[in-house]
This record gives sequence, structure tokens and C-alpha cells, in this order.
Amino acid sequence: MRRGEGQGSHTPRNTGSGSGFARKLAAMRESCQTFAPMNVVFVLLFVIALIAAALKGDVKTVGQGALDGAGSAVTLAIGLIGVMSLWLGLLKIAERAGLVEKLSRAARPVFRPLFRDIPDGHPALSSMLLNIAANMLGLGNAATPFGIKAMEELEKLNPTPGTATNSQALFVAINTASLQLVPTTVIALRASAHSSDPAEILLPTLAATSCSLVVAIVVAKTLERIWR
Amino acid sequence: MALIAAASAAFRHSLEVGSNWVLAILVVGIPLYGYLKGVKVYEAFVEGAKEGFQVAVRIIPFLVAVLSAVGAFRAAGAMDGLAHLLGPVTSRIGLPPEVLPMAIVRPLSGGGSLGILGSILAAPGLGPDSYAGRLASVLQGSTETTFYVLSVYCGAAGIVRYRHSLVAGLCADASGLIATVIIARLLWG
Repeated sequence: MRRGEGQGSHTPRNTGSGSGFARKLAAMRESCQTFAPMNVVFVLLFVIALIAAALKGDVKTVGQGALDGAGSAVTLAIGLIGVMSLWLGLLKIAERAGLVEKLSRAARPVFRPLFRDIPDGHPALSSMLLNIAANMLGLGNAATPFGIKAMEELEKLNPTPGTATNSQALFVAINTASLQLVPTTVIALRASAHSSDPAEILLPTLAATSCSLVVAIVVAKTLERIWR
Repeated sequence: MALIAAASAAFRHSLEVGSNWVLAILVVGIPLYGYLKGVKVYEAFVEGAKEGFQVAVRIIPFLVAVLSAVGAFRAAGAMDGLAHLLGPVTSRIGLPPEVLPMAIVRPLSGGGSLGILGSILAAPGLGPDSYAGRLASVLQGSTETTFYVLSVYCGAAGIVRYRHSLVAGLCADASGLIATVIIARLLWG
């Protein structure tokens, strides 16, 4: 599709209608785009669904499930408007009051080792800090708006809009490792199922979460050099 | 064991109180601080809040793409089919067949995996204090709905090429699953 975008700066001269090698390289890049994980997963989910439904003899569920999913996507997005607006409004006040800048400076040392390409005092840093803090505290409603704001701020630093930067990819990866310190929903569910000790899963969950967080960071940092 | 239980209860309680306070302080403190700094807080708030609507609308296509695929997958009962195929292998390493569908759905749908967790906790033969119930509880808390996070965050920023972020997120889920199984086997196996 859009060849040339998102290749970064390491092949500055492949636009010249030149050698077969350059063209081959470009074609390879393009097929890499087609086989990018998200494209594969998107197709696989539908195909596996159809196979499973056909084996059961109830193909109706595939179309119906897709339609229901599409409907619930809009419900979810509409449901976000309220909290999004609240936190973005508060953030604007914080920005005007100079709080965002202060927080970004304070957050810099925390993020410096991992996010090297974000300049000092950049507003993305404060949103990232707020997102991670809200995630840890289990304030999911606040974490999402902060995370979205952080991604938007990071996009302003993006030399190749539309393609995730290293910082964006790492930030998303960290968010896909569950950061919540206390899984309140799970504990509540266990309590309502009359567990003898609803909160006994707390420390095991923390341990498992730490593993997934470390793996997310290590994998993202390793792959960012080779995956363009 | 009793000491650990007491410590974790105290930890949980203080965190709950702490997060309530943080929320309250943010909601009240930011406008107050801004006002004292001479910011026109009402105008600033409204200006910022305007973006909320646009962001929500912007992520709709991304969410529809992911959730319709996930919806078809779940409605067709594909995770049960996959669980049937993989079950004989995974049950040997300590992942019972009841929890396997949940492990498959977890990165795709938070509500879906929570539903399966609920049914495991309510099942007469299993329940919250069974091995499967404990394992599923830890799994729910230690993994995240990777596809939802990715589509919302990248969608809001207008990113369509995720590069390595999906692989990193799925590796995080896989390692969370493996760690959960190992820990559950050590503690309750």
C-alpha cells in the first residue's frame, strides 16, 4: 500500500527509479506490511470463527457476532466521551496552570532510561506518568484518557505519522501488561462466589503481572531495532 | 501464611483508600490550583473537554474492526473449539481445560474473559477455592485486553502500522499466562 512511509531514515535513496535490488527490497517491505501481525490476526479471527461455526453447523453466529461486536464498539466509544471530556478538561486546566510542565520535568528521570527520544519537559511525559499511576491504582476510567493523550502527544514527535514510533510502541506494550496493583474486580467476584479467602490471589497476581511487564519491556526494546 | 494474608489485606486496604484519595485530589485539586494560579478554569476546562468527543469518534473505526472480528470469534464459540484441540496438551502442564478458553479470549475481550471467570467461580465442581478457580483469578488480574488497548491508543493517535507493539503485547500476555500457571502450581498444585 503506502510504500515509503514508515521506513524511517535508513534508506534515504530508494526513491530513485534504480536497481532491481532496491525495487525488490521495497516489494519485500510491502509484503511485510501485508503480513504485519495485525493484518494476520484480523483475518485469522474471522477464518477460525467461520471454521468453528461450520463444524458446529451454525454459521449464523459468525455474521451475527461480527454485527454485535461492531455495535458494542460504538457503545464503548460513546461511553468514553464523558470520562474523556472530564479528564481532558482537567488536563487543559493543569496545562494552563503550568502543572503539566512541572509534572513532565518530575517524570523525566523515571522515563529517561526507556524512552530516550522524548525531549525534556515534553507534555507527553506527564500524561504517561498519570496514565501509569492511574493504571496501578486501578483507576481505569482515568488511565485511558491519560494514555490517549500521551499517544497524541507522542504522535507530535513522530517523523512518520501513521507508523508507531519506538516510544509509542513501548508505551502501548507497557499498557498491555496489566499494571493494576489490586485486581479489585476479581476480588469482588471471588467474594461474591463465597471464597474462603477472596484476596489470596493478590500477591500471586502481582508476581505474574511483574513477569509480563518485564517481558513487555524487554521484547519491545529488543524488537524496536529490527522492526521498522 | 497468616502473616502474608494479613500483610496483603493491609496492603489492599491502604491502596483502596489511597486511590480514592488520589481521584478526589485530582478532581478537586486541579481546578483549585488553576484558579489560584489565575487560570480561567471554566473556559480552559470546556476547551479541553471539547476534544473528548472527537477522540471518541476517532477511535470508532479501530474499535469496530477489532471488536467485530472478536465478536465473530466469540459468538462462533471458536475458543471452545481451540480449547478442545489444545486441551490434551495444556492440561498436562497445569492449565485445566476449564481455564483454557479464558486464556484464549483474555487478550481479545475483557468482558468475555470476565464472563468465563464468573462461570468458573460459580461452577459447582470448581468454585473460587479450587485450583482452576484460583488459576483463573490470577490470570484475569495479571493479563490485559491487548487488542482493545492497542486499537484505542493507536486509533486515537491515528496510527495504523503498529510495528512490534502487538507482538510485545502478546508476549506479555503469554508470559503472564506461563507465570500464572507456574505460580498456581507451586502454591495450589
